[in-house]
Amino acid sequence: MTWETVIGLEIHSQLRTKSKIFSGASTAFGSEPNTQACAVDLGFPGVLPVLNEEAVKMALRFGLSVNADINKNSIFARKNYFYPDLPKGYQISQFEIPIVGNGSIDITLDSGENKTVGITRAHLEEDAGKSIHDLYDDFTAIDLNRAGTPLLEIVSEPDMRSAKEAVAYAKKIHALVQYIDICDGNMQEGSFRCDANVSVRKQGEGLGTRAELKNINSFKFLEKAINIEVERQIDILEEGGSVVQETRLYDSIKNETRSMRSKEEANDYRYFPDPDLLPVAISDELLLEIKKELPELPTEKKLRFVDTLGLSHYDAEVLTSQKEVAEYFEKMIHQGADAKLSANWVMGDLSAALNKSQLEILDSPISSEELFQLISRITDNTISGKIAKDVFKLMWEGKGSVDEIIEKQGLKQMTDSSAIESIIDDVIANNPDQVQQFKDGNSKLLGFFVGQVMKASQGKANPKQVNQILNEKLS
Amino acid sequence: MSLDNKKVKEIAYLARLNVQDSEIEQTASELNNILSLMDKLGDIDTGDSEPMAHPLKMSQRLREDKVSEEDMSKEFQEIAPKTGKGHFLVPTVIE
Repeated sequence: MTWETVIGLEIHSQLRTKSKIFSGASTAFGSEPNTQACAVDLGFPGVLPVLNEEAVKMALRFGLSVNADINKNSIFARKNYFYPDLPKGYQISQFEIPIVGNGSIDITLDSGENKTVGITRAHLEEDAGKSIHDLYDDFTAIDLNRAGTPLLEIVSEPDMRSAKEAVAYAKKIHALVQYIDICDGNMQEGSFRCDANVSVRKQGEGLGTRAELKNINSFKFLEKAINIEVERQIDILEEGGSVVQETRLYDSIKNETRSMRSKEEANDYRYFPDPDLLPVAISDELLLEIKKELPELPTEKKLRFVDTLGLSHYDAEVLTSQKEVAEYFEKMIHQGADAKLSANWVMGDLSAALNKSQLEILDSPISSEELFQLISRITDNTISGKIAKDVFKLMWEGKGSVDEIIEKQGLKQMTDSSAIESIIDDVIANNPDQVQQFKDGNSKLLGFFVGQVMKASQGKANPKQVNQILNEKLS
Repeated sequence: MSLDNKKVKEIAYLARLNVQDSEIEQTASELNNILSLMDKLGDIDTGDSEPMAHPLKMSQRLREDKVSEEDMSKEFQEIAPKTGKGHFLVPTVIE
């Protein structure tokens, strides 16, 4: 029996405003507990929420980036529930009419095909505080610094059919919110959080009962959590049982999902319009202004890389999937670097070195200017691509600039054809058997000769010249 | 619309109100009186009126994104029932 997986994601992305959504307290991360929680955030009697203009603009930036319907009059509602990190006893959110309505975004699947994922809505709300359970034995400690931080909750349609698709979508949204500069995307600090609604069904049937997975703080865990939950649901159904609609926590250490017992009682949030807040009116002028300010979006950038720089769709996709990577690459191009060569270096050696050192591209010890210089030394034939890899390593270790390293290590490419010729003559003289075989028609042996020459020149001979001269001498 | 005892218990739980079993009957009857009073609103013909999310016909004023609040954690912590190392402390919440 084949089961089909159905996934929808709810992404909470913290908006990078300076102050909170309804108060003038700071949103900076990592301050001493409760020093950024004012009377409004603490839910003191008599306080009034006043909406942050920037949070509204950021929501609109997102809405326009996913071609969504913008609701010209959206409504804030109270979502009622009790939890110690929610001082008011309700979260101010949007229910009936969210600021951003229906939209969509394209994702690229492993096969290279594009798929459109529907976005149901995106609404503004306030974040809750943090409960710390392991600080005291007999108490839960509450830090309300995060309470009131603006969130944009982005809800997708149940359009994803595998964990991989869900990750591709989440990554796309992650890149987008950073491109349009509304969220720092930091998953460790919780600025970008994913909940996954997962269900399975037999092909062609209606939607199955879903479980909501929470506590997922990386793309890797998102994929694992969905896969393990799908397995669990299929096991239950194949044994004749039924899936219970509930919230489940993902445990990354045990790689399992488990029921959140504390939330087992049927949630009844009793939403109602917040009498403290009036409907939010969006003018056409404001929308136009925000549209004008939007930067080039990842998809537009990708197409431009393909159309004007001649990159493959794959390369363009990888380079634009992170704003900082795209910017690094574009700086190289602006200095006149070859596009394909730059793409190869950024996606190859640079990205591997960054991964190995667990660094982000912004912290790269080799700047875009320096990498540009390195590849210019390849294109102007000063060094070969192979030697460039060694130079790259030395640059990474801080051993000096490109030209200093080439000079100091004597890595300059040998382009003097008479010098190359003399090495080739030696190689031919020392390998009479191979020469005979080559002349008898074993053309594969050319590689052998090139290898010998490169070895003899310590990798410094210009490969193009070596090939050319060898062909002449052996024919 | 009227509420039975079971619904009243449910609402009391959601509101974290400690309504004793002996009080349920009376609470239900009182709540139902209030609800039937509210039902009178249904007699008014609102067919021509646009639904409103707020009784005021105005839109929300927006605030400039500026940090204007100072750290008053000391004052707030002083009036909290229990605190420790800058945190508010509450009975253990088991997840």
